[in-house]
Amino acid sequence: MRNVFLFIQRYFNLIFFIVIQVVALTMFFRFNKFHESVFGSFSNEFSGRINKRYSSVETYFTLKQENESLRAQNARLLNQLKQDFSWPDSSIDFVRDTVRIDTLEQFRKFLYLPAKVISNAVNSQQNYLMLHRGSNQGVTNNMAVVGPDGVVGTVVNVSANMSLVMSMLHRQSKIVAVLKKGSGFGEVTWDGRDPRYVLLTKIPKTVPANKGDTVVTSQFSDRYPPGHIIGYVEAVAEDQVTSTYNLKVRTATNFYSLQHAFVVKNLQQEEMDALQKSLRKTP
Amino acid sequence: MSDLLKNIIRFALFLAVQVFILNRIPPLHRFVAPYLYFLFILWLPFRTPRLAMTLIGFLFGLTLDMFTKTPGLHAAACTLIAYLRHFLISLMMPKEKMEISYAEPSATSMGWMQYSIYVLVLTFLHHGYLVFLEWMEFGGFLYFLGKVLATTGISLLLIGVTELLFVRKSRYRTNMA
Repeated sequence: MRNVFLFIQRYFNLIFFIVIQVVALTMFFRFNKFHESVFGSFSNEFSGRINKRYSSVETYFTLKQENESLRAQNARLLNQLKQDFSWPDSSIDFVRDTVRIDTLEQFRKFLYLPAKVISNAVNSQQNYLMLHRGSNQGVTNNMAVVGPDGVVGTVVNVSANMSLVMSMLHRQSKIVAVLKKGSGFGEVTWDGRDPRYVLLTKIPKTVPANKGDTVVTSQFSDRYPPGHIIGYVEAVAEDQVTSTYNLKVRTATNFYSLQHAFVVKNLQQEEMDALQKSLRKTP
Repeated sequence: MSDLLKNIIRFALFLAVQVFILNRIPPLHRFVAPYLYFLFILWLPFRTPRLAMTLIGFLFGLTLDMFTKTPGLHAAACTLIAYLRHFLISLMMPKEKMEISYAEPSATSMGWMQYSIYVLVLTFLHHGYLVFLEWMEFGGFLYFLGKVLATTGISLLLIGVTELLFVRKSRYRTNMA
């Protein structure tokens, strides 16, 4: 027994070092679970508070680009207004139906919640953004995040007033996408090389793909509203092994100067989840 | 200024520089990531107890992890170099004399050659371990090798510039204390 104590006394530094290493490595390799429970909420609020101060200064430097992209978005939205379209009236008799079958809210699927970006990163292999909007303001996990120019990422963790977004520039990010003109149906991932480009794979070779084609979110995604621009095809390469393309896509969102984003809430998510769960139960 | 206060200020300053300046530089290449923050650990006083050293390394790394959202990654690497620092110093230092006369590792207190080797070895270990952990999750062997070498090069450059810009007055400590 005495020898055990002597041993511990002699190698206490080494033992302490090993214990701390194990703690650190456990944190690292159990990132997702650990992050949600212990580290997440505390570190979000802590680094969020400091990042908020910093970003209130930094915002001024990119105001111009930010204004331009918001103005472009406004123009795009204005062009979709109903009163801007006119067509020859071909109806014979117009009867107003008094039975209320639809209010806008009842069938609304996606709701956009504006949020300010308070920290952002592009030069790591796992990039995260932080938004100044959290669970108190209606953000939950797995919500999609889009910017004024295009897709940004997915919410992975929320605290009371902040939320953490896995950027599209993350090695584990995966977004269902289609080519806007063709019916191809693929997956957008990031290879970690260049923050300006992402990869679009699994688009079959039967669909024509050219440089400059627009890549948008698919309607089959349960998080992303369809038709949001992900990027534009920069280079087309055919995969030698499978019958699919490997497309290099320039991101529509400029991750270097992103200041505002919208968290997208899917109001029909619960119903969709319940339906899928019932499928899983029946063998 | 007391050593404690000086090191607390350094702690905050090194983190701020790493988080708000170096981490925001647009990447030149995927191999290149500018790291300077761990210089804080290399600059800690000689007389820091070994146990405290390991703990400081852990806390320092963990604070950076809060900003980069990688719990444990930098903490593990910092703990490693904080622990190994002691062995390297006792290997390099001419015995007896210096440890008493100077407060912390620097070119003047250890000699240019010894200090350069000390910085080089710890920088290499830090980056090697950091990229190794990252590599376990993804990436090929070329990525590992290229990133360790490129990042070590950039860090040594940054440390050199820092040493030239901020000359630390290495006080000659008398035996009064």
